[in-house]
Amino acid sequence: MATRHSRSAARIMMAPAVILLLGWMLVPLTMTLWFSFRKFLPLRGGDLGWAGFENYVRFVSSSSFWPSVQATLMIVGGVLVVTVILGVLLALLLDQPMWGQGMVRVLVIAPFFVMPTVSALVWKNMFMDPVNGVLAHLWKFFGATPVEWLSQASLQSIILIVSWQWLPFATLILLTAVQSLDREQLEAAEMDGAPSLKRFWFIILPHLSRAITVVILIQTIFLLSIFAEIFVTTQGSFGTKTLTYLIFQRVLESQNVGLGSAGGIYAIILANIVALFLMRIVGRSLDA
Amino acid sequence: MARAVTPRRKALNTLIAWAIGLMIFFPILWTILTSFKSEAQAINDPPLFLFFDWTIENYGVVQDRSDYMRYLWNSVIIAGGSTLLGVVVAVPAAWSMAFVPSKRTKDILLWMLSTKMLPAVGVLYPIYLLFIELGLLDTRTGLVIVLMLINLPIIVWMLYTYFKEIPVDILEAARMDGATLRGEILHVLMPMAVPGIASTILLSLILAWNEAFWTLNLTAAKAGPLTAFIASYSSPEGLFFAKLSAASTMAIAPILILGWFSQKQLVRGLTFGAVK
Amino acid sequence: MTLKNMKNVLRTTSAAALLAAVGAHAVSHADTVTIATVNNGDMIRMQKLTDDFTSRNPGITLEWVTLEENILRQRVTQDIATRGGQFDVLTIGTYEVPIWGRNGWLVSLNDLPAEWDVDDLLPAIRSGLTVDGNLYAAPFYGESSMVMYRTDLMEKAGLRMPEAPTWEFIREAAAAMTDRDNETYGICLRGKAGWGENMAFITATSNAFGARWFDENWTPQFDSDAWSTTLNFYLDLMGDAGPPGASTNGFNENLSLFQQGKCGMWIDATVAASFVTNPNDSTVADEVGFALAPDTGLGKRSNWLWAWALAIPAGTQKEAAAKQFIEWATSKEYIELVASKEGWANVPPGARSSLYENPNYKDIPFARMTLESILSADPLNPTVDPVPYVGIQFVAIPEFAGIATEVGQEFSAALAGQQTAAEALDKAQALTADAMEAAGY
Repeated sequence: MATRHSRSAARIMMAPAVILLLGWMLVPLTMTLWFSFRKFLPLRGGDLGWAGFENYVRFVSSSSFWPSVQATLMIVGGVLVVTVILGVLLALLLDQPMWGQGMVRVLVIAPFFVMPTVSALVWKNMFMDPVNGVLAHLWKFFGATPVEWLSQASLQSIILIVSWQWLPFATLILLTAVQSLDREQLEAAEMDGAPSLKRFWFIILPHLSRAITVVILIQTIFLLSIFAEIFVTTQGSFGTKTLTYLIFQRVLESQNVGLGSAGGIYAIILANIVALFLMRIVGRSLDA
Repeated sequence: MARAVTPRRKALNTLIAWAIGLMIFFPILWTILTSFKSEAQAINDPPLFLFFDWTIENYGVVQDRSDYMRYLWNSVIIAGGSTLLGVVVAVPAAWSMAFVPSKRTKDILLWMLSTKMLPAVGVLYPIYLLFIELGLLDTRTGLVIVLMLINLPIIVWMLYTYFKEIPVDILEAARMDGATLRGEILHVLMPMAVPGIASTILLSLILAWNEAFWTLNLTAAKAGPLTAFIASYSSPEGLFFAKLSAASTMAIAPILILGWFSQKQLVRGLTFGAVK
Repeated sequence: MTLKNMKNVLRTTSAAALLAAVGAHAVSHADTVTIATVNNGDMIRMQKLTDDFTSRNPGITLEWVTLEENILRQRVTQDIATRGGQFDVLTIGTYEVPIWGRNGWLVSLNDLPAEWDVDDLLPAIRSGLTVDGNLYAAPFYGESSMVMYRTDLMEKAGLRMPEAPTWEFIREAAAAMTDRDNETYGICLRGKAGWGENMAFITATSNAFGARWFDENWTPQFDSDAWSTTLNFYLDLMGDAGPPGASTNGFNENLSLFQQGKCGMWIDATVAASFVTNPNDSTVADEVGFALAPDTGLGKRSNWLWAWALAIPAGTQKEAAAKQFIEWATSKEYIELVASKEGWANVPPGARSSLYENPNYKDIPFARMTLESILSADPLNPTVDPVPYVGIQFVAIPEFAGIATEVGQEFSAALAGQQTAAEALDKAQALTADAMEAAGY
């Protein structure tokens, strides 16, 4: 198959992408590592010398650390569950024959085009505001007391906002997978009198497993670093302080770059644990 | 692929699908509607749906305050530039990974994705200092580079999954016919890969357009795109729902329209190798 | 390896990768001044009046970066701490000026011309912007805080607001004015977490209850009885008479509630007075009264002192042009310009004595109370017990913003009913002690 000639050509063609990404990874990473061992307080005069592991110890011993890891995992997990389940259902629905299919698809994928800042602003002010929000009006219409979304159900609210943004992505990928289903197999099962739930469980779901893995992998990468949605809505209050947000607080609000950099290293470690876990699954499914 | 179903079933499908579609779309629709209300009508109790005094005053106010076209142009350049650059770098890489795979190909791919896990906030200081040194602060060039690097892993991966679907036999045949490497890519691979590349470009454009951390933190007056534009409309003093809606509509409209026109492409194209 | 060395190494390595793509980058224009400012009404008005400045100074063009307060702060701090040089004029407050001035990050404005009349600045504001005899920022507007209340609702409740109410009276009046069925809430106060949001208000309130952030040895005082009284009073008051969702309400949210007629009383920045009495935006414009911020008889009131001011970062190439701009934007003429275009009620208040001597301004209903509130604020002696710090609603040390925002989140969670006052104070004490230790106190 591949000759030596094409192998070396392949390497050359890969080089720009690999070198660029290597630089993009190594340069900031080295600097962050360096800062994380320094007592670096810009407002107190900058680099004040070697700090050893002090920043690392201080970052994890803060009362905010474990709750932030937990909040991160809750948000990522919550959004994944919501988008995958609803995404599968939506994909199946959109695959059905109907009038105006194209238009419905447009409606469903629209949130994907909205920038996170805008979507957070719109949800926070025009929907979740407990006095003037649309949801408050809806609750009042049914005689219920409006929910104070961003304080009483803060995590759920964030999950709702982020899920709204990512549901189209999940739906799109799952829809292409649904469309590639073997119709004959499905119809044969139908003929055999297999109930629809069984058909879903034994034929459709296994067929979608690969697509679901892809959705989970890509979304996780994006979800681990969500920031705008929290910055705009709760600013980390009410248990929504993710690891990313905690680092933001240390670096920008407290202007303690050393401490924040140590947090950044922890975040990279956490991300890689999650990644390793994911890649095991995806790696297997990609081979299949 | 029309399957035979009873009209009743079809009607029911249509009804459910439209109801859900409208529900998902509602926040955007509501934003657009609110942008045409006066500030007082925007918070009317009960909410006004269609029967209010339509006005375009808010758009005037927003335009008066910030020069929309300048932000829009920056967004176009930055999103377009980073996408173009990304595709130019990614196509050869994805091509070689798909057609000359080695034992390490998968590792390299996954490693590339893992670079996306670097938390942006954590490396803001290093990048900011670098940008100062390189004179890239508040330049579109700087943002094009950063956004290209951020989206590169996704672009490579997406292209790789498309290229892998192209049957190798055809390439072999072309090679037998004496096609050069260049010819192989230009005349055989490209025509088959164009739909995939188009979808990739689309996705990269969307991601770059909506990126709100670097575009906000590395710009000042000159290179700020629409994400910076919107940052001056979040919670100002007084009633602001209508103005916020107008600004939001202006910020998302271009990419929303682009998305609508190309939805077929997205529906077909966004697979990431999810379909065998 | 020093940072400088490392930067050099990095520069050479990364330059190679990036150089090709860099191409031509920003050409500097000697006459373009970049102004970073906050998206408050008065600043947006200033932006609109730019033509007046550029017509007088044809050689100078102005570029505006108008951002939401939190984003602005983050951007500007980041830029000045790294000497990024992206801005020529910064909009900062009385918290930042002393810290940055001491770091040598700001250009002294002592040489502004005599016509600008530095002696006309209100003394409290001027001293807040001065470090070691150098004026480091020119006040654009100044504010204290005061009670704004609905005269009609007060009358309906059968009460009369004194000029200088006590907190006890406020509690009583708030309860009497509350009518939840009609969405009228006796009192609206800040609850949204942030050092410039709920913590500004709660810290200023705590002064009236005899509390303080630190004792003279910089030991945090959240375990004191005074803090417990303060926080419990605030939580009870808001629980009895506050609007729903108060824990996410900041200045802007409360302003909007008050303008819609949903608040009986609102204790907040004096600058809000012109917004709530402006019939274009406010449904209750004719029914607003003003009073001094409340006290508890211990000798300190709950009013704060703040000024948004314009400063020039050290190292800018456009110092002269930037000074010219600041001179224009903070001058007496600018106030007259705004008055001629938008009326006297809308001029930037609280910076200059001459404004309060102006007969045109005397008729403005909130003018006197604003001035009295500002004059009664004393940042040098903010608390009942002595403290080692300066600042009423803040502590002028670099660590304060970070600490207070985290403490604010604990208090905000208490207001949302997710923890008790005692739990919130325990956490506040612990995290403040930790952060102060990290800073080397």
